[in-house]
Amino acid sequence: MKYLSDTEVASLEAKANEIRMSVIEMLVAAGSGHTAGPLGTADIFTLLYFHVLNHKPEDPFWSERDRLILSNGHICPVLYATMAHAGYFPKEELLTLRKFGSRLQGHPHKEMLPGIETSSGPLGSGLSQAIGMALAERIDNPYSNKYFYCVTGDGELDEGQVWEALMHAGKEQLHNLIVIVDRNGIQIDGYTEGVMPLEPLHEKFAAFNFDVQEVDGHNMRALQDAIGRAQAVYSQPSVIIAHTIPSKGVGVFERDFKWHGNPPGKGPTDRVPKDKQAEEALRELRTLKGHVTNSDHV
Amino acid sequence: MTYRIAPHLNPKLFTPELEGDANRIGFGVGLKEAGEKDTRIVALCCDLTESTRVHEFRDAFPERFIEVGIAEQSMASVASGMAAMGKIPFIASYAMFSPGRSWEQVRTTIAYNNSDVKVIGAHAGVSVGPDGATHQAIEDMAIMRVIPRMEVIAPADSLEARRATHAIAGSGHPTYMRLAREKTPTVTTEDTPFEIGKAETYLFRDETHEKKVGIIATGVILYEALMAGKMLNEQGIGASVMNLATVKPLDTEAVLAFAKEHGTIVTVEEHQRMGGMGSAVAEYLSLTHPTKVVRLGVDDVFGQSGTIDELWKHFGLDHESIVKTVTENI
Repeated sequence: MKYLSDTEVASLEAKANEIRMSVIEMLVAAGSGHTAGPLGTADIFTLLYFHVLNHKPEDPFWSERDRLILSNGHICPVLYATMAHAGYFPKEELLTLRKFGSRLQGHPHKEMLPGIETSSGPLGSGLSQAIGMALAERIDNPYSNKYFYCVTGDGELDEGQVWEALMHAGKEQLHNLIVIVDRNGIQIDGYTEGVMPLEPLHEKFAAFNFDVQEVDGHNMRALQDAIGRAQAVYSQPSVIIAHTIPSKGVGVFERDFKWHGNPPGKGPTDRVPKDKQAEEALRELRTLKGHVTNSDHV
Repeated sequence: MTYRIAPHLNPKLFTPELEGDANRIGFGVGLKEAGEKDTRIVALCCDLTESTRVHEFRDAFPERFIEVGIAEQSMASVASGMAAMGKIPFIASYAMFSPGRSWEQVRTTIAYNNSDVKVIGAHAGVSVGPDGATHQAIEDMAIMRVIPRMEVIAPADSLEARRATHAIAGSGHPTYMRLAREKTPTVTTEDTPFEIGKAETYLFRDETHEKKVGIIATGVILYEALMAGKMLNEQGIGASVMNLATVKPLDTEAVLAFAKEHGTIVTVEEHQRMGGMGSAVAEYLSLTHPTKVVRLGVDDVFGQSGTIDELWKHFGLDHESIVKTVTENI
């Protein structure tokens, strides 16, 4: 994987910002859906689709592609937005999210949208599927250089199946499996450490024979370094605990678990009234640090 | 005139020399054979490799066998991932655990993804016996039948299980196949036809009798139905017996013809009466050809420990009970 120049980092950051704007517009048009996770993982998805993944948006079934399995399907607005920006389908289609007949189902459906590797929504099953893909690849091609990325939420680690899968991945020493945990600290009912404490998470993954890294999930270069290191691990599966800020990019939404499952316009009103939420989010994203100068959303 | 037995059945049927086997044995043989023919086939198991008979495949193709440990939910999804890469996974455990425990994973990651995964539920039915109710899956066909795309098969004996294994390996569809633990009579032969979605009449009624009934059975209880059919014909009731090995997709043509021919239908399965094969038959006939359908099965209760004979008798599924039910209902 190529080292990122300062210009490339800035360009990826601008792209992530555009993707966040798309997410806001999609959620507003849909009138329902999740806000915190998609905004919080926009940097991760941008880096994956615009720098890390070996893929061909114009040929989504290309057999040699890396596989990205989204386990926490509810954050699909960011996946759809990133895919559209990467060229999988027209950006105009993003506004059909959650509408009748749309390929952009409320939770992703593999058969409807080429490029979606699995249908997800019910939590905790993505890692098992990524393991299955990596195992199948190992049977067919023991020296494969394909990577199998699984993006999971942190709340979904409550699911027992995840720990069945972690045990299995460790046993099989799946070196081409890279798990990225969106460690945003929130889930629907509150903060993860209040609902069902996950810590010490690093040590738990290590105990399951994973190579474990922790990284700032909004720092492109740090994320890239972590993924590059995970790719180089050859006798263990890898997990990257990406610390993120829920709703990152929109200050008035950030860090509030009540934004987990609400779209702008229906979120908590303690910092911004409902009728101003979408407008405020887009205003802030359009002016972010002055970095965005040529967005077609302006 | 008397009743007729389909010519392709075991010639020793109804004789003391009739041999038998657990139908899971036939599955194990069939899976190994299918694995020889098609290298895309892989097998996964949850620490029950020998009793589900997957060990035959494991020993022949260790590189295509995945031991998942006691983790049925993950097994279903791992299999889905393997299918996404072009494999044809067979996942095996006891039916109570897979698909019993892994229903949502089977629904979302296998059926909704249209993954070509075969869910093999061994030790299904009350015939598991002494292990008791915790291990007697009698809801499995109901919970699989309601999942879109999922095909549901219950082979009647070891040979049919072997043929069914070959058939489902090449079907391209997500499939649930239930198997039994105990040895039961081998009703079929190598020549008995098996096709997914096709029901076969194995015993044709004595047409000289005025009273008539069509008995439909699925799974290893079929032999009890055949025994009952024989006794009924001998007692003056024209009884035919159909093997409905594929519960879904239902062979509607055969079921409709059977209902029209016999007027009264009695279904027999070692499964809950609700949601099983009898329900499938009744749901179909209620609209197309309203027919009296008497459904024999477990009636909204749990099983218990006992021998296979004790349990089938207790639940009214042994041949004498079937005869009694038929007599009372026509």
